[in-house]
Amino acid sequence: MTSAEEHWSYDKILPSDLELGHAAIEELMTALGAAGWEGMDLFRIQMAIEEAVVNAIEHGNKRQIDKKVRLVFHVTFEKATLEITDEGAGFDHRNVADPTAEELLDKPRGRGVMLMRELMNDAFYNERGNQVTMIKLRSVEVPDGDAPDPNIPE
Amino acid sequence: MATHRRITVGDSGGVCVVRFVDKKIVDSGSIEQLGEEMNSLVTVDKQGMILLNFDGVEFMSSAALNKLISLNSKVKAAAGRLKLCCLRAEIKEVFTITRLDRVFDLRKTEADAIAAFKL
Repeated sequence: MTSAEEHWSYDKILPSDLELGHAAIEELMTALGAAGWEGMDLFRIQMAIEEAVVNAIEHGNKRQIDKKVRLVFHVTFEKATLEITDEGAGFDHRNVADPTAEELLDKPRGRGVMLMRELMNDAFYNERGNQVTMIKLRSVEVPDGDAPDPNIPE
Repeated sequence: MATHRRITVGDSGGVCVVRFVDKKIVDSGSIEQLGEEMNSLVTVDKQGMILLNFDGVEFMSSAALNKLISLNSKVKAAAGRLKLCCLRAEIKEVFTITRLDRVFDLRKTEADAIAAFKL
């Protein structure tokens, strides 16, 4: 899968089981690798999807096994779109505390949403806050591996 | 000294050098265990200088990051010192984004970190 026309799609509804969630992530990572994604992009997507799936199962569905998580992935050579929906009550995604604020910097929580937004090109919630959609575009290749990536903060 | 499953512990000139068993620190059960094992270095073994060597670690979730923050608090409370070294660029980026590079002392190599403990 190396052209923009070809794509891999995944649409499954899983019980709130982290092991099954991680198996789905592994499938996604394998598909991304097959599509030619690598390096920083792969890591960023894995970090973001990990946060989203764990959030859905642990915080959204409160690990209640009868509650489901729907995972919808679309992968092409140039773009990955990931949609994660849980059956929880949602949350106020417009008022998430900034974990980089001085007073929160050493608190061991609250970084997941920020990481999803920073590592992906776009990450947005539905109104209720029980569905997150994340989009990652393939980074432009830099011939010199040591050259700074404009996507990385200094 | 407690038995460890998620870390290996060595000594370099009085510095407790910790390496991670898992390439990908992602499983929630393993992360809990990792947190307990790292904390015991401070609370049980009374280590005052701890270096976490991330050589070989390819991925870690924010849940693992949270364990590092908890460890840092414990080390600080015990008036100890904690440093991290050998983080691959992808993981270092996470520290930069979250500004945890201001909370932790990140060093490029183990030798750099050991030397920094002597300052």
